Amino acid sequence: MSHSSENRGKQDRGECELSLTVNGKPETVRVFPMERLLDVLRGELGLTGTKEGCGEGECGSCSVLMNGELVNSCLIPALQAAGTNLTTIEGIAQGPQLSALQASFLECGGAQCGICTPGMILASCHLLNKKPEPSLEDIREGLSGNLCRCTGYMQIFEAVVQAARRRANA
Amino acid sequence: MRSDPADYELIAPGNLQAVVSLLADEPGKWLPIAGGTDVMVLYAAGKLPARKLVSIWNLPELRVIEISPEEIRIGAGCTYTGLRDHEIIAREFPLLASAARWTGGIANQNRGTLGGNIVNASPAADSLPALMVYEAELILVSRRGERRVPYVDFHTDYKKMKLAPDELIRAICLGRRFSNYLHYARKVGARDAQAISKLCVAALGRLRGGVTGSVIDEVRIALGSVAPVPLRLREVERFAKGKPVEPELVQLTRKMTSAAIQPIDDIRSTARYRSAVAGNLVAEFLQQLRGSGKTV
Amino acid sequence: MTEEQIIGKSVPRKEGRDKVTGAARYIDDMAMPGMLFGATVRSQIPRGVIKHISFDPQFDWSEFVVVTAQDIPGKNCIALIGDDQPCLADGKVNHPEEPILLLAHADPHLLRKAVDGVSIEYEPLPAIFTIEESERCSEIIWGMDNTLKTFLIAKGDVDHVWAKADYIVEGEYTTGAQEQLYIENNGVIAAFDLEQGITVWGSLQCPYYVHKALMALCNLPAEKIRVVQAETGGAFGGKEDYPSIIAGHAALLAVKSGRPVKIVYDRLEDMTATTKRHPSRARHRTAVGKDGRILGGEIDFTIDGGAYATLSSVVLSRGTIHAGGPYYWPNIRIRGKAVATNTPPHGAFRGFGAPQSLFAMERHMDRIAQAVGLSPVEIRRRNFLKPGETTTTEQTIREEIDLGKLLDRALELSDYTAKKARFARENAVGPIKKGMGIAAFLHGAGFTGSGERYLASVVGVEGCADGGVRVLVSSTEFGQGTNTVLCQIAAQALDLPYEDVRIAQPDTNQVPNSGPTVASRTAMVVGSLVRSAALGIKQTLIAAGMISGSYSPEEFRAACRRYISEHGQLRSLARYEAPTGVFWDDEKYRGEAYAAFAWAVYVAEVAVDLSTYSARVEDFVALQEVGKVLHPVLAKGQIAGGVAQGIGFALYEKVIWQNGRMQNGQMTNYIMPTSADLPPIRIFFEEMGNVHGAYGAKGIGELPMDGPAPAIVNAIEDALGTRFDSIPLLPEDVFEAVGAGGDR
Repeated sequence: MSHSSENRGKQDRGECELSLTVNGKPETVRVFPMERLLDVLRGELGLTGTKEGCGEGECGSCSVLMNGELVNSCLIPALQAAGTNLTTIEGIAQGPQLSALQASFLECGGAQCGICTPGMILASCHLLNKKPEPSLEDIREGLSGNLCRCTGYMQIFEAVVQAARRRANA
Repeated sequence: MRSDPADYELIAPGNLQAVVSLLADEPGKWLPIAGGTDVMVLYAAGKLPARKLVSIWNLPELRVIEISPEEIRIGAGCTYTGLRDHEIIAREFPLLASAARWTGGIANQNRGTLGGNIVNASPAADSLPALMVYEAELILVSRRGERRVPYVDFHTDYKKMKLAPDELIRAICLGRRFSNYLHYARKVGARDAQAISKLCVAALGRLRGGVTGSVIDEVRIALGSVAPVPLRLREVERFAKGKPVEPELVQLTRKMTSAAIQPIDDIRSTARYRSAVAGNLVAEFLQQLRGSGKTV
Repeated sequence: MTEEQIIGKSVPRKEGRDKVTGAARYIDDMAMPGMLFGATVRSQIPRGVIKHISFDPQFDWSEFVVVTAQDIPGKNCIALIGDDQPCLADGKVNHPEEPILLLAHADPHLLRKAVDGVSIEYEPLPAIFTIEESERCSEIIWGMDNTLKTFLIAKGDVDHVWAKADYIVEGEYTTGAQEQLYIENNGVIAAFDLEQGITVWGSLQCPYYVHKALMALCNLPAEKIRVVQAETGGAFGGKEDYPSIIAGHAALLAVKSGRPVKIVYDRLEDMTATTKRHPSRARHRTAVGKDGRILGGEIDFTIDGGAYATLSSVVLSRGTIHAGGPYYWPNIRIRGKAVATNTPPHGAFRGFGAPQSLFAMERHMDRIAQAVGLSPVEIRRRNFLKPGETTTTEQTIREEIDLGKLLDRALELSDYTAKKARFARENAVGPIKKGMGIAAFLHGAGFTGSGERYLASVVGVEGCADGGVRVLVSSTEFGQGTNTVLCQIAAQALDLPYEDVRIAQPDTNQVPNSGPTVASRTAMVVGSLVRSAALGIKQTLIAAGMISGSYSPEEFRAACRRYISEHGQLRSLARYEAPTGVFWDDEKYRGEAYAAFAWAVYVAEVAVDLSTYSARVEDFVALQEVGKVLHPVLAKGQIAGGVAQGIGFALYEKVIWQNGRMQNGQMTNYIMPTSADLPPIRIFFEEMGNVHGAYGAKGIGELPMDGPAPAIVNAIEDALGTRFDSIPLLPEDVFEAVGAGGDR
C-alpha cells in the first residue's frame, strides 16, 4: 500500500468515538483505539499540562489519575480510558485557588524547570490521598516513579510534608 | 512515539467469554493486552509485531481473588497494587507482595498484572521466582474449557510457554501452607526503584530437629535473570535437604548455585557478577534460615 | 526598604505559578497554523563516505519537504568557535547519528515511517572510539593528529622538584561520558517568510548563539533572524550549543517549505544523537615532601571531544585550569589536550571539564595521603591555598578564605571522625562495609580570563507604561532561577517590591545580548549589570526631577508612567566592563583566570553491601562558600540537584558504547537516581561577600557537580580498602575488584 496522505484519510474509519470524563467535564473524542491517552489529552483535548519525558513509562511526567489511581498516560491506549474519570494537572487547582500541594511546591522550591512538576504533583496528590500522614519513606516510595533531574528531590519531599500538614489543618 | 496508531486494531469485548471465543476463532491473530506496561513500551518503540490487540483490562472474571481455607486464587488480571494491598497475600505470600512492591513505580504497579508478568515471560520478571517456590498452579481458560497446570514447568524456553494460542491465564492458585517457613526474597537492580532486575531470588525454607541439632527440612530456591526462564535450583535443594546449616554446606551450595545457572552478559550486567551474587544471596538465605527458628 | 528585604529572601519563583498549574508552555505544547513536523535522517555508521541515497518508492515523496546539504543557502556549518561541524553531512560522515538529510510532513506518523524509507549506502572507513585509539594516530580523523586543542600551564620549575621529593606519587584517573538527561527533550519550531526572515522558538540556553549560527547557515543578516526562548524543561549545558543544530535543521525546512516546522526529539534520538559530558583521563605525578606538602607535579589531562571540535577547547580550558584543585602548587606543569573520536561530539554539561579534573585531583590527594602516611584530612589541610598565595595560573587569592576552617566545619557537620572510627570497628563483621570520604574543591565563576570582556554583555532595564519595571536580558530560565534572581536584584536596586519587577521573555528582537546562560555567570556577572542598569533608570528619573533620592514605590511608579508618557521610553543599558588591574595572558595561560572562585568541602558517607557489591550513599554533607546567598530556597535547590547529578556521575550513570553509538539510550537502561536512591543531602553555606558580583553573589550552578564523585569514591575506598580510579563505579566493577573468590 502506498504511503500518502490520501490513503491515511481512508484509514480514518479505524477511529472510534470514546467518552470519558476529564477534570469533571464529560468529553467525547474521535480517535484510533491505540492512540496513547497522553496524546489524546495533549492533542484532541488541548490539555498540554501533562508532559512526555520518555514515552516508556519510566519518568512519570505523563502521570494522571484514572479513577483516582495514578497511571502513566503514555502507556494507556485510548480505548482503555473510555468511561473513566481522569484528573490532570489542569484539574488540581480550584479555579484561581492553588491546591495545598501546588502552594507548597511553590514555597519549598519543589519546581525548578517545571517539566516533571505536573506528574510529580499528581503523584504527590495520589500519595496524600492514600496516606494523609506519610513518612519520609512513604514519600520516597510514592514518588519513586517520577524522575526529577533538577531538584535532587529534597525540596519536593519538603513540599509534600508541608502540603500534608496544610491538608490536615484545612 | 515510533508506531502509528492507524496501523493497529484494538477491541475490548468486555467479558471473558467473548475474548476466548475470539482467540478460538482466530488463534494467534489477536494479542491480549491487560495493563499494557510491557506491550505499550514495545509499541512506543516501534517494536510491537502484533497489529491486532484485544483488551483484557478490567475483565471482572480476571480481577477476582477467591479465598478458601486451602488455597487462594488470584485472578490473572489482578494488578501489583492489588497484590500489595491484599491482606492475605501480604501475610501469607510475602514474596509475591514484595515482588509487586519492587516492580516499577506506583503508576506501573496500578496497571501491571500478575498474568501479564507471567505471559510476558521476561527472564528478569520479579514475581516469577516467587510463584516458583510457592509452587503455584495456573488455571488456563479457552473455549474448550479450563485446565490446571503446575507453574514450575510452565516456561519451556525464552518467551516460550505451555499456553495454547487460544488460551488465557485465568487465575493463579497458591496453596496456603507456608506459614511456618522462612520467606526470603531479594531483588538486585541498578537502583532502588524502577529497575529491571539484574538478578532476583525467592526462597522458602524450614528446619527440623535432628540428632545433633536442627537440619534443613526443606528449601526451595528460585532465581530470575540467570537463565532464559525462571529457574528452580533443584540440585541445590536436594543436596541441602537433611543437612545442618554450616559453613561447609553454605560454601558448597554457593558453588552448586553458580554451576546450575547460565547467566549472560547483557546491557544491564555481566555473567560473572550475576553468578557471584546468586551464590552470595543463596548463602545469605541459608544463614538466615539457620537463625530463623522456623521448624516443622 | 533595607538591604535584607529582597536579596537574601526566598521570594516566589517568578514563573512558578505557571509551572505548578500546567500552564507553562514548552515547545511541544506549542503549535502554529499550517505547521509541519520535521525529522532527521542520520548516519548508522561511525565513519565513511556516502555512496548513494535512495528513497523507498512506496512513499509519495512529492508530499514531503526534503532538505540536504545542497539546500543550505549559507555555509554548511554550525558556527560556534571553529567551523568544522557541518549542519548536514555532505558526502562524508564522521560519527553515528550524524545528520544527513531532513524531512518534513504534516503527519508525524507518516514522517516517522518516511525516515525509515530513506536508505543510505556507505563505504565505511576505519573508525576510532577511545582516547588511546585517537592518540595512537593509526587513523587520522581530524586535523593532522586528531588533536582538537592543547593547553599548557607552567608555573615555577617542575623539572627540579623530583630530586628533592621524599615521595613521588603517581595515579591515573578516568571518567566516563554522562548524559544531561533534562526531562524535556530538545525541540524547536521555526518559521520563515521573506519579510521577517527566520523566527525560531526553542528549548534553549543561549538565544544569541542560535542567532549567530542561523545567520551563517541561512546567509541572512542579523535583523532577519529572530530567536525566542520558550519555557525550557532542564538544560544543564545540553542545550547550550546543541540547539543551534536542531534550530538550523528546522529553519532549513521552514525556508524550503515556507511553512512553520516543529522538530521535537524523542528520548532515544535525544540520548543517542546529542552532546554528553566529555570522557576524561588524567595522569598525575606529584613530588611531595616529608611533611606532606606538595613540592610540585605534572598533570596530563585529556578529554575525548567526539568527531568535531564544537566546545571542546573551552571545556578543556576549564578542566585544565581546575586540575590542581584548591591547593598551593609552588611548581606545576599541566598539559591539557582534547582529542577527536568518531562519536557524536561531546559538549557542555554542568561543571564543564572541572568535575573531570577535580575527580582526579581529589582521588589523587587520598593517594598522596596514603603514600605519606597522613590522613585525608591532614594532607588537605597542609596543602590548602591561603589568601595571598597563587593558583596554578598564578592568580593571587585576594579574598579572606579559610579552607581549613571550612574543612573543620564540614567534618563536624558530617560527624566524620566519630563515624570513621565506628565504621572501622563495625566493618569487621557482616557484609555491609561503611566509609567516609572527603572532597575539597573550587569552581571559578564566569568566563575564563578575557572571556567576559570578549562577550561584552549588555543588559537593559526599562520602565513600563503601567509603572512597573522590566529586565531585558538574553539570560534564560531553565529551572535554576534566572527570572527570580534578576528581578530580585532589580527590585533591591530600586527599592521596589519584588512584585513590581518583571522580566522579558528572551527574544533577540526584544532583549540585548547579556551573554550565554552558562559558566555560573548569571547571578554574578549579569546580575551585576542588572543592578547597574536598574540604577540607570533611577538616575534618569532623578535627573528629570521626577523623583528625589528617596521615594516610595508609588512615587516611583508615578514618575515612571509620567516619564514614559512624556519621552516614550525609559530605558537604561549597562555594558560589561572588565575590572581594572585584572590580568590574563591567553598565550601563557597565566593570570586571573576567574573573577571569583566558590569554595567547597563535601563529605560522603557510603555503605557497600558485599552480598551485591552495591554502594549506597547514606548521608551527604555539602558545605560551600558562595559569596552572598541571594535566594536561600533556590540556592539549596541548585546544590541538591547538582549533588544528585554528581551521585549519578559516580555510581549510576554509565553510557554503554558500541562502535561509537550509545546502546542504552532509554530511561529504563540509562540509570539516573530516583527519589528512593538518594541520601539526605544536607546543605550549608558560609557567606563571605565578593567584590565582583551583584550584592556579593558568586556563581553556584556548577559548583555542586565537582565534589560528590570523588567524595563518594574516597568513601568507598575507606570502606573496602580497595582503590577505584574510574567512574562510573558500578557494582560489577566493585565485584571484579573485591569479589572474585571473596568469602565473608
